[in-house]
Amino acid sequence: MSWLSRFLVLMAMAVLAGCGKPEFSDAEKKTIASLALSALPSLKPDTTNRFADVPAAAALGSTLFFDQGMSGDGMVSCSTCHKIDRQFQDDLPQAVGVGRTNRRTMPLAGVAHDPWFFWDGRRDSLWAQALTPLENPLEQAGNRAAFAHYIEARFGERYERIFGPLPDLSKVPANASPLGTDAEKAAWRAMSDQQTEDVNRVFANIGKAIAAFERSIAPPRTRFDRFAIDLATGAVPKSDDAFSPEEILGLKLFIGRANCVTCHTGPRFTDNSFHNTGVPPVKDLPPDRGRVDAVRQVEADPFNCFGAFRDGDAGACGELRFMVKDAPELVRAYKTPSLRGAATRPPYMHAGQFSSLDEVVAHYSKAPASVEGVSEIHPLQLSDRERGALVAFLKTLAE
Amino acid sequence: MASLWRYVLAGLGLAALLAGILAVVYLTAPQAPQGAGADISRSKKTANGLFVASFEPERGVIRQGELQSWLLTLKTVAGAPVEGAAIAVSGGMPQHNHGLPTSPQATDYLGDGRYRIDGLKFTMSGLWRLHFAISAAAGSDTVVFNVLL
Ligand code: HEC
Ligand code: HEC
Repeated sequence: MSWLSRFLVLMAMAVLAGCGKPEFSDAEKKTIASLALSALPSLKPDTTNRFADVPAAAALGSTLFFDQGMSGDGMVSCSTCHKIDRQFQDDLPQAVGVGRTNRRTMPLAGVAHDPWFFWDGRRDSLWAQALTPLENPLEQAGNRAAFAHYIEARFGERYERIFGPLPDLSKVPANASPLGTDAEKAAWRAMSDQQTEDVNRVFANIGKAIAAFERSIAPPRTRFDRFAIDLATGAVPKSDDAFSPEEILGLKLFIGRANCVTCHTGPRFTDNSFHNTGVPPVKDLPPDRGRVDAVRQVEADPFNCFGAFRDGDAGACGELRFMVKDAPELVRAYKTPSLRGAATRPPYMHAGQFSSLDEVVAHYSKAPASVEGVSEIHPLQLSDRERGALVAFLKTLAE
Repeated sequence: MASLWRYVLAGLGLAALLAGILAVVYLTAPQAPQGAGADISRSKKTANGLFVASFEPERGVIRQGELQSWLLTLKTVAGAPVEGAAIAVSGGMPQHNHGLPTSPQATDYLGDGRYRIDGLKFTMSGLWRLHFAISAAAGSDTVVFNVLL
């Protein structure tokens, strides 16, 4: 009997050793290493914004980001929706500023690595993006003439130390914008070319200062990153860093059969591109066609890379120049979001369609057809255990 | 009697162990990379044999996720450079059913049959297919290059 029990113990040990070791193939190890934060290249200089790496500009940008004075009603700042202690988002399905918007607030960690901004990529630089909520009637609901006056009154000296002398704004109306109310539009049309150019210049510089600040928002290192480094170096993981069998299964699915890594790729878990994944629209919101409608908007934006407010040469405008303009796959295509930190900031998707990671993974498993256009997702038929494992893995990106 | 049971059990145990090892080996065997076996040559005749085309990254290396330029060199079968060609680029990832994430274009003629194809971007690893429609004085032809990342 003792022989038998010894034999059974040996057997059990052999089986456990077989399962307990992180059994990753060389190809899997290579993919895992490519997802680790240590593989993130350092931020490239943004030649379209010559203040992008000027500390005084970032400091002013930070002030403006948190300043409720930067809004039509004096109640909303960027940080109303992009909350510093909530990964720069607000936990709501659709953001609320001066009004309720139609999309979910995007978290901002590592955003400066992106070529396109917003869920549909309708802006092509971080500084041009920052100008959009300032004048959106549902977000900060201001107008650019008022912002220029406000900067002169509140931050004139700081502004001039960074950007040089402010223009003469004494004859510029208090409220005017090509995008505002009818009265603001009329006031804008009545301004001289010099005045509109001056106001646009101050407005663009506001965006450039805010962008300089946003460049400092970096994704933090997670348990997954520590695991990936241990795997790459062959080190024995510290007790909490070691992955459970469930997390290992989830990671293997993510980079294997579930195909997640085809879009959620690289150290930020995004290919920076746009895909239709069949996420259903939200009832009662206006029609949202994603990337296909954003193409014209970014082309028409006077602050885009081809516009007069870009610094440096047009060599930096490759993304805009070689943008895909009309392809059926742009219909209801949205930007692949980073998955870092996602587990602790539900809800999910461009209009907060799903309230938990379980719902997200169930969506990928079933892969329903898109209401318009064609979803790139194919049904995965994941078992309960596999769905749970994917969620467990996603959590390691937020610990 | 006892010793017979012992042998039976040991035999069963060994068989189970063997099955376990086989399962582990099978489950962790490296999968053949997607697109293995595809023709990834960088130089070939065009579909109707009108030209010889070669396609190389301008800076020698492929960087995933970054805009980059490649050089398409067009020669006649006799080896003379093809000048003044109009080139249209299309493509995608056949295994994922999607097109290119950018619209690459022939932006410059660099002489000696060499054309700069700018605005290429490979957003993920796998097999990419690039299709060139070429039209020059000698006629029109097409060529497909596969790029494996
Ligand atoms: C009312 C809430 C709200 C306010 C105020 C707001 N945002 Fe946003 N932000 C959003 C929403 C919602 C989105 C996504 C909108 C879309 O895709 O149409 C977004 C998207 C972004 C993005 C794009 C991120 C990415 O990954 O593409 C950046 C950057 C950003 N906001 C920065 C700012 C800055 C800077 C300000 C202040 C000037 C600001 N936001 C003000 C809600 C807000
Ligand atoms: C074809 C590209 C593609 C594939 C494959 C893919 N995703 Fe996504 N993922 C996206 C896009 C695009 C979105 C945003 C869609 C939207 O908002 O409409 C998204 C959103 C998400 C979100 C929500 C993040 C957030 O902040 O809202 C999670 C979580 C997620 N994906 C996980 C996964 C997992 C797990 C898999 C594999 C089972 C996977 N994805 C496969 C493109 C993809």
